[in-house]
Amino acid sequence: MMLQAAFQVFKRDLRLGWRQSGEWLNPLIFFLMVITLVPLAISPDPARLRELAGGIIWIAALLAVLLAMDGLFRSDFDDGTLEQLLLTPAPLPLLVLAKVLAHWLQTGVALALLAPLAGVLLNLPSSVLVVLVMSLLLGTLTLSLISAIGAALTVGLRRGGVLVPLITLPMHIPVLIFATASVQASLSGLPVTGYLALLGAFLILALCLAPLAAAAALRLAVSGT
Amino acid sequence: MIDWLRRLWAAFERTVSPRHFYQLSGRWLPWFAWPAALLISVGLVWGLGIAPADYQQGNSYRIIFIHVPAASLAMGGYLLLAICGAITLIWRVKTAEMVAKAAAPVGALFCLMALITGSLWGKPTWGTYWVWDARLTSMLILLFLYLGVMALQNAFEEVSQGSKAAALLAVVGVVNLPIIKYSVEWWNTLHQGSTFRITERPTMPPEMYLPLLVMFLGLYALFASLILLRSRQEILQRERRSQWVRQLIEEPNQ
Amino acid sequence: MLELQNLEAWRDDRCLYKALSLTLRPGQVAQILGPNGVGKTTLLKQIAGLSQFMSGNIRWQHQSVSADLQQFQQDVLFLGHLAGIKSALTVAENLNILAACRGQTLTVSRLDRALSRVGLRGYDDTPVAQLSAGQKRRVALARLFTEAPLLWLLDEPFTAIDQAGVGELEGWLADHAEQGGMVLLTTHHRLNLRCPVTPIELIPA
Repeated sequence: MMLQAAFQVFKRDLRLGWRQSGEWLNPLIFFLMVITLVPLAISPDPARLRELAGGIIWIAALLAVLLAMDGLFRSDFDDGTLEQLLLTPAPLPLLVLAKVLAHWLQTGVALALLAPLAGVLLNLPSSVLVVLVMSLLLGTLTLSLISAIGAALTVGLRRGGVLVPLITLPMHIPVLIFATASVQASLSGLPVTGYLALLGAFLILALCLAPLAAAAALRLAVSGT
Repeated sequence: MIDWLRRLWAAFERTVSPRHFYQLSGRWLPWFAWPAALLISVGLVWGLGIAPADYQQGNSYRIIFIHVPAASLAMGGYLLLAICGAITLIWRVKTAEMVAKAAAPVGALFCLMALITGSLWGKPTWGTYWVWDARLTSMLILLFLYLGVMALQNAFEEVSQGSKAAALLAVVGVVNLPIIKYSVEWWNTLHQGSTFRITERPTMPPEMYLPLLVMFLGLYALFASLILLRSRQEILQRERRSQWVRQLIEEPNQ
Repeated sequence: MLELQNLEAWRDDRCLYKALSLTLRPGQVAQILGPNGVGKTTLLKQIAGLSQFMSGNIRWQHQSVSADLQQFQQDVLFLGHLAGIKSALTVAENLNILAACRGQTLTVSRLDRALSRVGLRGYDDTPVAQLSAGQKRRVALARLFTEAPLLWLLDEPFTAIDQAGVGELEGWLADHAEQGGMVLLTTHHRLNLRCPVTPIELIPA
C-alpha cells in the first residue's frame, strides 16, 4: 500500500510536469545557452573545445539541475500539498524518492538526451557521446538526490532558491570529478568502466541516504511554520 | 530501574541546560584562555625565531607552525559542528544548537587561516600564491561547507529552526566529507605528476617537532576559548527572556 | 478516541502551552478557542503530526500514535489554512489521487455523491485553477466525504465560505458527530451547531 501512495505521487508529478512545460523546459534551454557561451567567451577553436567539452557540458548540466531543483518542493509548499504529503500514511522518504524520480525524468534524463547535441557543438567525437550520456544518466540522478536535501532544507524560505546551490555544491564535487574523468578517459581511448561503476556506487549511496535526509529536512521545514 | 534511568536522564538534561553550561563555561574559560596566550607566544617565538631553518626550504617553511594546526582545527571544527548537530537532532539539546552557532564562524576562520597561510607558503615554494593541490583544494571546499552551514543558520526568522536545519546540513556534510576528500585527492593525482606533501611530520627532527606541538596545543586552546566565549554570548542572547539571565543583567557585579 | 497527555509547544524560545491534556470521545465536537498567536494552529498541527520537537503523548484508540503512526494517519484528516490541492489538475484528479494515497479507490459514484454534497456537482473535470477561493475550499472539504476519516482536524474551515456554505458546513460537522466521528477545529466564526460543542480555551501565559 505504501508503494501505491508513492506511485500516485510519482504519477501526479509527471502529469503536473507535462501540463506546466515551462518548469522543465527552462533548465534545458539554460543548459544549451551556457554551452553556447563557452566558444564565445573562451575560444571557438575545435581542438580547444574538444579538450574542455566534458567539463563544460557537465558544469552546464550541474547548473541546470540546480536551477530546476528549487521547484521540487516549493509549489507543494505554497499550495498546502506538502503538508498533506507529510500526513500521507506512507513512509515519507519513499514519497520524496518518488518526487525526485519524477523530477529527474523531466530534468536529468532530458539533459542526458540533449547532451549529444551539446557534444556535437563542442566537437566531441561520437564514440565519446555514449559515455557522456551514460555519465549524465548516472550522475544527474545523484545530483538531484543531493540537491533535494538542499531544496527540502530551504523550502520555507522566501528566497531559499539562492541558498540551495550554496549548501549543496560542495557535495556535488565528487560526482563532477568522476563524471568528467570518464568523458576525458573516453576521449583518450582509455577504459571507462571504473569511473562509471564509481558513479553507480555514488548513486546507490545517494538513493539510500538522501531520501532519509530530505524527509527529515521537510519535517523540520513544515514544523516551523 | 526505569525510574532510576529516567532520573539520570533528567539530571543529564539539567547539566546540559543553557544555564548550567553558561556557569560551567565561565569556570573553564580562564583555564583555556591563559594557556592559549602563553603557548601561542612561546610557540611563535620558538617556531618563527629559534628553530633551525629547513635544509630545502630555508625559512619559508616556518609558516607550517600556523598552517598545520589551523588546518587540523578547521577539520576538527566541522566535526564539532556535526557532533553538535547530531545531539541537536537526536536529543534536542538546545545548548548544542547554541554551541554550533558559536563554533561555525570560529571554524571557518581557522579554515581561512589555513588557506591563507598555505597560500603564503606557496609563493616562495612553488612560485605562485595558489596551487590546486589536493590539500588546499579540499580546504577550500571545506570553507564552502562552513559557509553553507553559516548561511543556513542565519537564513531563518525563527532562530531555532535555522539551527536545526544547519544541524542536519552539518551531519550530511560530515558524511560527504571523506568522499569529497578522496575524490579531490584522486583528481589531483590524475592531473599532476608527483604529489608534493606539505608536511612529512615523522621525518621532522625534534627541534622542529616540539614548537609545532606547542603551537598545536596553543591553537587548540585558543579555539576552545573562542568557542566558549561565543557560546556564552549566544546563550545570553537566546535566553534573554528567562529569569536567570535577567537576574544576571541586574546584578552586574556578581 | 483521542487522548492528549501533557502536550507542550515552543515557538522561538517562547512557551506556547504546557501540560495540555484532554480527551476527545466519539461523537464529540471540540473547538479550540483563544486570541491570535496563542497556539491554536500549533496545537492542531501537533496532533496531526506535523510539528516536531514537541513533548507529550498522543494516544489514538488507546494506542500511542508513535507506535502505529500509519493507522492514525489513516483515520485522521487535517485541513489547514491552504487548500492542499493542485491547481494544474482537475477536481476529480485531485480527489482521486488523494484517496489513492490512502489506499482507497474512489468510485465514480462516491465521487459524485461527495461533490454534490459540497455543492460542486458536475465540476469533476474543471481544472482547479479556474475555481474561486471558496470553491477550492469546498474541494478540500469534499475530502471529508471521499476519504471518510474518523477524526477531522480543521483549521479555520470557514475561510472563504459564503453564507449558505456556513450553514452547510455546520450541518456536516453535526452529522459527522452523530455518526460517531470526532471533530477538533479552530475558527473565529461563532458556531451554531445542533449538537453540543466542547470549548478548549488556550490562555496566553
